[in-house]
Amino acid sequence: MIEIDAVERRYDGVAVLSEVTLSLPKGGLTAIIGPNGAGKSTLLSVMGRLQKPDAGRVTLQGLELSRASGREVAKKLALLRQDNHTAARLTVRDLVGFGRYPHSRGNPGPEDHAQVTRALATLGLEPLADRFLDQLSGGQRQRAHIAMVLAQDTDCILLDEPLNNLDISHAVRIITLVRDAARQMGKTVVVVLHDINMAAAHCDRIVVMKGGRVLRHGTPAELMQAEFLSEVYETPITVHELAGRLVAVY
Amino acid sequence: MPQPRSPRPRHASLLQPGPVARLLFPFAVLLTLAMGVASLFVGVSHVSPSLIWAEGGSGPATEVLFTSRLPRTLALALAGAGLALAGLVLQVLVRNRFVEPSTVGTTESASLGILLVMLLAPGLPLPARMAVAAAFGLAGTALFLLVLRAVPQRSALMVPLIGLLLSGVIGAVTTFIAYRTDMLQSLGAWSTGDFSVVLQGRYELLWIVAGLVLVTALFADQITVAGLGRDMAIGLGVNHRAIRALGLVLVALLSAAVIVTVGIVPFLGLVVPNVVSLLKGDNLRRTLPLVCLSGAALVMACDIVGRLVVRPYEMPIGLTMGIVGSAAFLWLLTRRRANVA
Repeated sequence: MIEIDAVERRYDGVAVLSEVTLSLPKGGLTAIIGPNGAGKSTLLSVMGRLQKPDAGRVTLQGLELSRASGREVAKKLALLRQDNHTAARLTVRDLVGFGRYPHSRGNPGPEDHAQVTRALATLGLEPLADRFLDQLSGGQRQRAHIAMVLAQDTDCILLDEPLNNLDISHAVRIITLVRDAARQMGKTVVVVLHDINMAAAHCDRIVVMKGGRVLRHGTPAELMQAEFLSEVYETPITVHELAGRLVAVY
Repeated sequence: MPQPRSPRPRHASLLQPGPVARLLFPFAVLLTLAMGVASLFVGVSHVSPSLIWAEGGSGPATEVLFTSRLPRTLALALAGAGLALAGLVLQVLVRNRFVEPSTVGTTESASLGILLVMLLAPGLPLPARMAVAAAFGLAGTALFLLVLRAVPQRSALMVPLIGLLLSGVIGAVTTFIAYRTDMLQSLGAWSTGDFSVVLQGRYELLWIVAGLVLVTALFADQITVAGLGRDMAIGLGVNHRAIRALGLVLVALLSAAVIVTVGIVPFLGLVVPNVVSLLKGDNLRRTLPLVCLSGAALVMACDIVGRLVVRPYEMPIGLTMGIVGSAAFLWLLTRRRANVA
């Protein structure tokens, strides 16, 4: 599905990503975790063609991102950056509607309206649909943006810290939502997460990054090891089994 | 999902998409038509529908109507719509509420272009003069964006501040050249917009505004998406760089068309899009007609006031608009602090 091949990315000569090679199969929820400055968001940006790698390449369903047309990629891949502070005064419905833009090119049909309605319902945004974004709280705005990404209806979804700004109830709902999208609808979802336990509890795969490199890539059970995590975060971490889950305590 | 109460701005009910917002468009249409009719029949020489009727289609009043009042009214409407639209596109693309062609260097640069044409190629026809003005305006806007990128700015108010400084520098260069070449007087002639010079045969270039409005309407969705920021635009498959470039060309052409025909009309591009955004939001597809109509109505209203206040003389529109516009600008500064970014 997504093949990342020897990707390098430098800022002012400092390597932010070095020799990142990663292959993500179709379907499933993958979390990218790691300490600050590990290169998680940069990797997601490169995967979402917001940044060009200085070396190496990313292919999506055999389509090389740096060469494919923006519109074609937008039908296959949707992404949401962490800092989506839209200054525009759009209604929630309009914003979600723009998720259909790659498909409708400004002439929405019944299918487009159906997708928008469904995305609004999935995120519980119907009561807010006609509000302007600047009249919402941070969490509501975050949900509106996630609804936009869902309305885009792509095989692959990249989300950079989608649980920021959300309370526990909405965080659990959204991670469950993307997990279900990944497992039931066969979408390939990649999320950058800070909360290791959230990643362990809900994701199918975890990619651990540090210093611009991918350290390990595996299932939560393989990676939730006290010694390894302590090393990655340079903090004593213990891992316990609690209510059938692996929980890291720090 | 439970809905936590969200913060509502003051007068939230007025600013919601609701019945008031729905009535805005018919209201704007009526207002524009009313202003248009008033503009036809207000002025020094007496022109009224009954007089024209009495003349039976040929006579002094009919003559004034067709050679002066009608061209003037059309010029007002086109210039108003064009400048308001230029402000709208600029605000969406720069993602700042406080920019318009005269606060980012577009207008001043276009003036410099016109001055150079007058000095170096005085015989150039009007369309060519406009092309030069547009090219200078575009270069000035591009310079503004370059400076903006170089200056680390965190506050929304820094953006127009940088623009005003840049406009000041370009304006100073223009004035200096005009002073050295004894052109100050002609510079003054167009630096304050004035519609009293508009006659049949001297405003037709402004019809280009109508074409530019149509082009903008065709790209309305893409411009709105580009206004969501580079990352969102790329994510939605919109060529951010190309749309931004197109938008800036549109802004330069709109500004240049107005400047070469009637001169500089300040603040319009700032006030109209801001008020419309407060009432109706930023989805260009929805706000574009409203912005154009309101711009046209406001310019006609200001011009009519200018014709009436010091009768039988006229106040240039730059002055009326400056007063109305700066008052509105101050109001906006106090209103919009919360949601500019």
